[in-house]
Amino acid sequence: MLPAIEVKHVSKRYGAVRALDDIDLEIHSGEFFALLGPNGAGKTTLISIIAGLSLVDSGDVTVMGHHVIRNYQQARLNLGVVPQELVFDPFFTVREILRIQSGYYGITGNNRWIDEIIERLDLADKADTNLRALSGGMKRRVLVAQALVHKPPVIILDEPTAGVDVELRQTLWDFIKQLNQDGHTIVLTTHYLEEAETLCNRVAMLKQGKIIALDSTKNLIGTMTSGQTVKLKILPDKLPPVLRPLLIAQAYGLHELRIENYAHIEVILSALRAADIQIVEMHLQQPDLEDVFLKLMRKNKESA
Amino acid sequence: MTGFVTLLYKELLRFWKVGFQTIMAPMVSTLLYLLIFFHVLEAHVEVYPQVPYPVFLIPGLVMMAVIQNAFANSSSSIIQSKISGNIVFILLSPISYQAIFLAYILASIARGLLVGLGVYVVTLLFFDIPLELPGWALLFVILGSAILGALGLIAGIWADKFDELAAFQNFIILPLTFLSGVFYTIHSLPVGWQYLSHLNPFFYMIDGFRYGFFGVSDISPYISLAIVAICLVMISMLAIHLLKKGYKLRH
Repeated sequence: MLPAIEVKHVSKRYGAVRALDDIDLEIHSGEFFALLGPNGAGKTTLISIIAGLSLVDSGDVTVMGHHVIRNYQQARLNLGVVPQELVFDPFFTVREILRIQSGYYGITGNNRWIDEIIERLDLADKADTNLRALSGGMKRRVLVAQALVHKPPVIILDEPTAGVDVELRQTLWDFIKQLNQDGHTIVLTTHYLEEAETLCNRVAMLKQGKIIALDSTKNLIGTMTSGQTVKLKILPDKLPPVLRPLLIAQAYGLHELRIENYAHIEVILSALRAADIQIVEMHLQQPDLEDVFLKLMRKNKESA
Repeated sequence: MTGFVTLLYKELLRFWKVGFQTIMAPMVSTLLYLLIFFHVLEAHVEVYPQVPYPVFLIPGLVMMAVIQNAFANSSSSIIQSKISGNIVFILLSPISYQAIFLAYILASIARGLLVGLGVYVVTLLFFDIPLELPGWALLFVILGSAILGALGLIAGIWADKFDELAAFQNFIILPLTFLSGVFYTIHSLPVGWQYLSHLNPFFYMIDGFRYGFFGVSDISPYISLAIVAICLVMISMLAIHLLKKGYKLRH
């Protein structure tokens, strides 16, 4: 199937800084994809290049098979971008700007869809308010709305939930999830890793302009972490020798032990009972994307 | 086509919504020029036979207002969008570079013509101004405002700060306008200055425009037309090239 976004050998420098270093990436149609990485890793640069806002030094990018430079009109028609900066046009109201935005994409009489977006993003009260008068969160909603007026097959959201309250995050993700179910490809960057984990089926991690991990969220967590663990605080604070092989970490008086499955807990408990050791505290720990992220970032720091 | 029409509509609305600042204010300042020059110079100058000075002056002032506002429109629109960041919506859109260019230029022409027409209509209340060849006048006012609209687009793209745009306006556009024969005929100048004036493309716009009113001009309107048209083509090509390359717009 035609990839939604194809990035081939893309490099980009800003002066002496290598923002992107020979990036190859294929995002499939219908995916919910996350681009993760610390600040300055190159996420926004990559998005800007896909959107045609930045130009590559070398390499090629297509959106739904259309080259973003040579066939820019088709590529842009297929793409909706929510920029990271809170930008707005102070001359217009929410509804006016959505009509104008529709027109840019060659659509007239888009009122029904505009009404639906306004409704879904909880903008109905502010539809006829000038953008200048909106709060930051409201402006963010308008940015999302603007990216969706032409129902683009590929939607890119660059940190859409930065500085946004819980309620909007919920509304926004419900809406985006539905769009994904309707067949739209979604690409997002976020610093909230639990968002990426719950929403996305595949993840790319960037660091210093390179992709250092690219896999399904499940595989990354499975291969890059120690699996499920249990954290214990015990009295006396002395782990029985039979349990030592399971020990992964020890911090703040907590022993972290690897477990294969929940039945395994029973083995640990009986070993403690046999040694006459009391349990003061116990936490079950599910591995998450944050563990993967931290591990990768740390690992690369060591190798760098 | 819809993309182009929408962008044009947005650009028209942009200045129309702040009409006091973009149309009324320049009309008032142009009429003040007229009042002052009329008061000071009326008795002393007669440029063309049977044409009193204020009547000679009016087409020049109208053209000056057109030029300045056409330039101001595209340049301020672009730089405001650049600085506030909302130019991203145009850069993300599938509108072709030629269409973006045309939308900005037509909005500039519209604002230039509105201000010019406003000044002209007000002066008609007080003076009897001939309009011998309205077609020529219209042709030059459209070409002139198109050139300034394109120059404004280039200046807006080039400038990173309002300061730089102001420099472009004050050190290039303003001197070229004032030294183009708005207030005088170049035949009144020493030979050397006459020569220099011929290097100023704005001179041909104003001379050609004035020809439309009086049927007389400093040089042949056909020559003026050719020069103004060539200028427009060259400046337009440069502006479209910058848009296409993404100069200072796409990093």
